[in-house]
Amino acid sequence: MITIGVLGLQGAVEEHLNQIKAAGEQAIIVKKPEQLKEIDGLIIPGGESTTMRKLMDRYGFMEPIKTFFELKKPVFGTCAGMVLAAKKLTGDEEAYLGLMDISVKRNGFGRQRDSFEAQLSIKGMEEPFTTVFIRAPFAEEIGEDVEVLALYEDHVVAARQEHVLVSAFHPELTGDNRFIQLFIEMVKESISKVEVKMC
Amino acid sequence: MEKLLGTDTVKRGMAQMQKGGVIMDVINAEQAKIAEAAGAVAVMALERVPSDIRAAGGVARMADPRIVEEVLNAVSIPVMAKARIGHIVEARILESMGVDYIDESEVLTPADEEYHLLKSDFTVPFVCGCRDLGEAARRIGEGASMLRTKGEPGTGNIVEAVRHMRKVLSQIRKVSVMSDDELMTEAKILGAPYEILREIKRTGKLPVVNFAAGGIATPADAALMMELGADGVFVGSGIFKSENPEKFATAIVQATTYYTDYELIGRLSKELGSAMKGIDISKLAPSERMQERGW
Repeated sequence: MITIGVLGLQGAVEEHLNQIKAAGEQAIIVKKPEQLKEIDGLIIPGGESTTMRKLMDRYGFMEPIKTFFELKKPVFGTCAGMVLAAKKLTGDEEAYLGLMDISVKRNGFGRQRDSFEAQLSIKGMEEPFTTVFIRAPFAEEIGEDVEVLALYEDHVVAARQEHVLVSAFHPELTGDNRFIQLFIEMVKESISKVEVKMC
Repeated sequence: MEKLLGTDTVKRGMAQMQKGGVIMDVINAEQAKIAEAAGAVAVMALERVPSDIRAAGGVARMADPRIVEEVLNAVSIPVMAKARIGHIVEARILESMGVDYIDESEVLTPADEEYHLLKSDFTVPFVCGCRDLGEAARRIGEGASMLRTKGEPGTGNIVEAVRHMRKVLSQIRKVSVMSDDELMTEAKILGAPYEILREIKRTGKLPVVNFAAGGIATPADAALMMELGADGVFVGSGIFKSENPEKFATAIVQATTYYTDYELIGRLSKELGSAMKGIDISKLAPSERMQERGW
């Protein structure tokens, strides 16, 4: 069994934990940077990106997460997590973790009154996915190595680059576990790669 | 790819993103920026904080739209605002301005002493206060997407918020183990819509996020409410009525995130200066208790 950590500073932490557990894997809440050593993959959940960023700074998460990522351990960012994972942010705002080669527009789809649900087809998934967008961002520019998984109105709303996965919507607010399964596969893949290297 | 706006999932989901956070009352852009810098997950824009509303007396209404607009432009975190109970037009004005959440609040003077807003009619989500499970279920029935304890606003006294949080949670536990044939009578006793009570019984929890509000004045108060089972906290008068609002706000945010780290909360509390002066609830005449408003 693999262990996935959900960054537990603020936001929809419990929803992710429940999905990971329902998929039969172990889930822990990460509240201290040293807990990153105990996990195989990290989810940065939806919440308020401005707030989460401040809390990550205050509690010393930035460097440990970058190190975690450099060790080829997978990271999945939803909504606020996508904003935090981006290399660039639209406007004069400084990017944060810089894990994925994308430029993200925060609240790209607008304020809460513009929040919406839609059925979206996602690359690699047969049936459409119910996507929930809440004050959601989107990626305006993507790097060459970034694989686009979903578009909404021509905006990139889900993408993957090596061992980082992002979605502008909230798979954790639906009963559909296909997104978490995708991440679990990425984590398992990363573990088997490390094992091959060790032989 | 049909786009569905204002669905239950979208409205309730917005509150789920606020969990574990602190929502702070602010009366201008400057305070909103302090709140945002301290790590607030949202700000509540209003004309006067509850303790000043209490002191001023008279009719308390929706904030001047200029203040709401100023706050909307000042911060990137969500902005909430209060409308009077039952005041359809105040709520519609706030919705049209792009406010992210509306608090149909007993802190303001009610516009309707019989009916609350039909919140399911709106695209913008609503938060409402509750003192017990019946009130919680009625508000959900009307379409509230988030709940909070009523507590007793503007008193700096946590006792009522504790009472309301404990009451709701103990009533949920009671309903959860009840047999199906007892549920209709319980719905009648609580004054709760039957279908919503049935859902609460089935899942063992409220279908929406439930924050603590009304009397939180210290980091320890915020941590207490989290420990009792709140999903997050609203702090009204507590922050900007304290000696050092920046420090105070930051400490409340930290105490909410790490609510079981007592050493940390102790350390945070040491350098804060004095909290707002509180009011003993028994010294408040029933007519002065804001929690009695709402039906």
